[in-house]
Amino acid sequence: MNAPITAAHLPLTDAQAERLRTLVGELSPAQLLWVSGYLAAHAQHGGDVPATPAATAAGALTVLYGSQSGNGAKLARRLAELAQARGLAVTLTSTADYKPVRLRDERTLALIVSTHGEGEPPDSARELHEYLHGRKAPRLESLRYAVLALGDSSYQFYCQTGKDFDAAFEKQGAQRLFERVDCDIDYDDAAAAWMEQLLGRVGSAPAVRATPALTPVGGGMQYDKRNPYQAEVLENIVLNGRGSDKETRHIELAVPGLSYTPGDALGVLAQNDPRLVDELLSVLDLSAEAPVSVGGVTLPLAQALTGHLEITALTRPFLAGWAALAGADRLTALLADGNEAALRAFLDGRQIIDVVQEFALPGLEADAFVGLLRRLPPRLYSLASSLAASPDEAHVTVAAVRYHSHGRARAGVASTWLADRVQPGDTVPVFIEANENFRLPADPQVPAIMIGPGTGVAPFRAFLQEREVQGATGQNWLFFGDRHFHTDFLYQTDWQGWLKDGLLTRMDVAFSRDQARKVYVQDRLRERGGELYAWLQSGAHVYVCGDATAMAADVHAALRDIVAAEGGLGAEAAEEYLRELARTRRYQRDIY
Amino acid sequence: MNAPDPKTLNDVEQIKARSRHLRGTIADGLVDPLTGAIAPDDNAVLKFHGSYQQDDRDLREERRRQKLEPAYQFMIRVRLPGGECTPAQWLALDDIAGAHANGTLRLTTRQTFQFHGIRKPHFKPAMQAIHAAGLDTIAACGDVNRNVLASANPYRSPLHAAAGALARAVSEHLLPRTNAYAEIWLDAPAVDPGTEVEPVYGPLYLPRKFKIGIAVPPDNDVDVYAQDLSFIAVEDGGQLVGWNVLVGGGMGMTHGEKATYPRLADVLGFCTPEQALAVAEQVVCVQRDFGDRTNRRHARLKYTIDDRGVDWFKAELENRLGFALAPARPFAFERNTDAFGWHEGPDGRWHYTLFVENGRVADRGARRLRTGLREIARVHRGLFALTNNQNVTIAGVEAARRAAIATLIDEYGLEREASRLRQNAMACVAMPSCALAMAESERYLPDLITRLDGVIDACGLADTPITLRMTGCPNGCARPYIAEIGLVGKAPGKYNLYLGAGFHGQRLGKLYRENIGEDAIVEALTPLLERYASERQADEHFGDFLVRAGVVPAVAAGRQFHD
Repeated sequence: MNAPITAAHLPLTDAQAERLRTLVGELSPAQLLWVSGYLAAHAQHGGDVPATPAATAAGALTVLYGSQSGNGAKLARRLAELAQARGLAVTLTSTADYKPVRLRDERTLALIVSTHGEGEPPDSARELHEYLHGRKAPRLESLRYAVLALGDSSYQFYCQTGKDFDAAFEKQGAQRLFERVDCDIDYDDAAAAWMEQLLGRVGSAPAVRATPALTPVGGGMQYDKRNPYQAEVLENIVLNGRGSDKETRHIELAVPGLSYTPGDALGVLAQNDPRLVDELLSVLDLSAEAPVSVGGVTLPLAQALTGHLEITALTRPFLAGWAALAGADRLTALLADGNEAALRAFLDGRQIIDVVQEFALPGLEADAFVGLLRRLPPRLYSLASSLAASPDEAHVTVAAVRYHSHGRARAGVASTWLADRVQPGDTVPVFIEANENFRLPADPQVPAIMIGPGTGVAPFRAFLQEREVQGATGQNWLFFGDRHFHTDFLYQTDWQGWLKDGLLTRMDVAFSRDQARKVYVQDRLRERGGELYAWLQSGAHVYVCGDATAMAADVHAALRDIVAAEGGLGAEAAEEYLRELARTRRYQRDIY
Repeated sequence: MNAPDPKTLNDVEQIKARSRHLRGTIADGLVDPLTGAIAPDDNAVLKFHGSYQQDDRDLREERRRQKLEPAYQFMIRVRLPGGECTPAQWLALDDIAGAHANGTLRLTTRQTFQFHGIRKPHFKPAMQAIHAAGLDTIAACGDVNRNVLASANPYRSPLHAAAGALARAVSEHLLPRTNAYAEIWLDAPAVDPGTEVEPVYGPLYLPRKFKIGIAVPPDNDVDVYAQDLSFIAVEDGGQLVGWNVLVGGGMGMTHGEKATYPRLADVLGFCTPEQALAVAEQVVCVQRDFGDRTNRRHARLKYTIDDRGVDWFKAELENRLGFALAPARPFAFERNTDAFGWHEGPDGRWHYTLFVENGRVADRGARRLRTGLREIARVHRGLFALTNNQNVTIAGVEAARRAAIATLIDEYGLEREASRLRQNAMACVAMPSCALAMAESERYLPDLITRLDGVIDACGLADTPITLRMTGCPNGCARPYIAEIGLVGKAPGKYNLYLGAGFHGQRLGKLYRENIGEDAIVEALTPLLERYASERQADEHFGDFLVRAGVVPAVAAGRQFHD
């Protein structure tokens, strides 16, 4: 519990940080725990908190089991029954149903876990195992635990998974109630003794006060694109299965101290591809070290081109400037009035590199080139997580943009930077871009219809995470689409979990390329028109996220047609119905 | 009889009881667009329809991290009593493999075809295509009588023809009568399950799978000792006079549970050809009524018999039959392996038995097994006879057409130089599709054999037949416990090594080394093979030698397997 307080990303002044550092240094672990709870409550209740915490009930026990054969489940049930018989409040859960993040809130945990193959955890416990051994593992100072390891001593890695968990809990600061017991295939006696020992300890040990998790104080608002937050990358995985022709990334960032609300976007300050920078320098015959001025700061040219200036998208001002400098008559002609169609055709698929190569300009000065370029804009990605469910984290869903045009491989600046050149452990400059026009219903009982094909589904993962933690009772209906069920069902297991436990009321999917006739989310909307209209009439909010060019219009048309058909309205009245929904903030879109 | 107490029924029994005669909610699961799987409880019901839900285990961990469900897929097993199919059926099945499965056909240790890698949208079309070929998959898996084996190739003798005919008759007689299969797969009109009766099985079907085999000596290719029920043809002057009856064999066990073990069948007696069907039915009925429905690991007929005794079983059976079995007639087996290449039958027709390594019919490099067999099926006028050792016989070739078939065999490189060890080896499917596999089997055994061949050649044993069988788990699909060298998977790259089984499957192997990897397997076998080469007696088989030399004790009964 001695994480250093460094000034880098704290929402504190130096003097505040110093006082906090001093205080923390004086406190015992128990005092620290109490203070953390006190401060969190203070933040939530505006200061009106008595400084004497109320005692909480002693002896609440979570029995968690992970096993393949069912032996672990059997033992866990027996322990739960014994504990209940002694008047303990018991929660019995399989690792299959256990969200790892819950560990932060556990106080007394009995873990029964088996080992398989070459020392591997049972399938159902892999996620928890990985979590506890990864960089997201939480500190567990307020946890007391005991481990019963099941195994087969004829294997080399006997009871290894139990050993792993035991060591990981200890490493994260948890207090071991008593020594782990390793059971062979004749586990009955050893398991019974373990249970007796556990129940003896849990009944008598002093209760640790349940402290609320530290909620971040202050907002992310002091960070912006000029002063970005440096977020460590925790995870960077491809969501598309093997054989997919798409590459959609799920990226998790550590953002302690940053706050956001589901519906917000994450601004990412990306870097250009250094290979493209090299190529530009080579074509322009400029030195990487040539000093240039960007926003009043002098930088080497290569650094400016990599991190500060847009060097891909071709704009009309750039073209005009280049035409003038290069004396390129053909470019000048394209820019003349009346040649708009030809200009559009020229711009299509071309980027700055194509122009500087095709219309060579020998002897160009570095500053003159930089003068034609605009600042590299941040890219915005809808946040795919809720702080309530994923404390201190921000998740985004990024489709890697790659295509060919005019004989070159092209790559989206931010998406391929994140995909190809950012690894877990690296740092990404980010900020929160609030979006007050994409918010869950304030009333947790109000139903929500969410339409998000492709990466458009990202904010709905955040919405559902948020509603799950809120215990919101409003029904939720999600429409999702992509190319192929087998490989492109983004966050499939998340949705399946929420369908299973009822948070997600229903889900409709459209996989466009799994059959001869292409189907899209708007087709599914039309198929469900009657029910959809009934949801609208019962007060549901409608959210649309994703592609602005085709999808949003097609979905809008489908909604209008459904309202017209089901409500017996003309086309204009149906449009007015949707306009009224939008005015009352019941029809919200996040399209791009 | 035991009326099962509903409170003590195991989970699968309760699912069966709720399944409305094997319907479950399979039909709903097939059209659920949010998952490639069916409902968890339906997995137990689906088996009765001849299919297992599986997933590509090579991808399981990768997809979990990608927040994708496992790559669910289905295995479909055809019901093919006696292993016979027509060339037209072969072509139809080959089409299904290409259009709906993973582009291969798998010949199994139970004389039938399996398709692997069928994703849910292809599932029902594949089942309908199998039906259109005049075949079905009913009861190819599940707690019922499975595919009935017979000594391969009905053309070989009148006794072989009789064995095949009995296999078909028993299979038909013991089919479930529910309309569920027709409703789910063939869009038949629904029948009220409440009006259906299962005359043999009753509402819960059997406590566990049930396997029947019919052998014609001297070949024990069906492995009669490994079946719940076996018939052995008894002849007089080349004519069938009846069948010896064996009961209580079975391979499956669970690592670490000594109450589970492989068991050899007991010889019960002799019945006439007319009595055989009644014997089969009543053996099934005794097991239906007395098999353990509380513990699936103790539910096979072998445990029912060991718990109550063979004498009890025989008395109960004869009581139900209303007649006593005659004393068993003498019989003698010589082998349980296949004879490869061309052989002439008694009617002057020819039969070519093709070695198919581990039963996998696929095009691999110059050896285009799938294409070649397809081309043969286009011109062949006889039958394809699948063997119990995962091979196939192109059966009933008229003498005048033999050359044409031989040309195709050459053209597609079907005949392969393979060592005796390889020819007599079997592996189950295991990774990546089988949910039970703890270690590789089909994908790995060929490499291990290459290494062992080096040892065998060095010992001068290249012409000596030795049986070698590998499974990826202890359930024993490739019958490893009755192979002279048995390897049973325990963990990735780790196997239990069993030695000393009888060459024609008449004696169980004994655990010789536990949980060892490839180097240790080779190191364990090398000195034993060297001793065998120098010390063996004339015509002495490897397993017999190891017992005589005291390397392993003879295992006479399943209950001694773990001693």
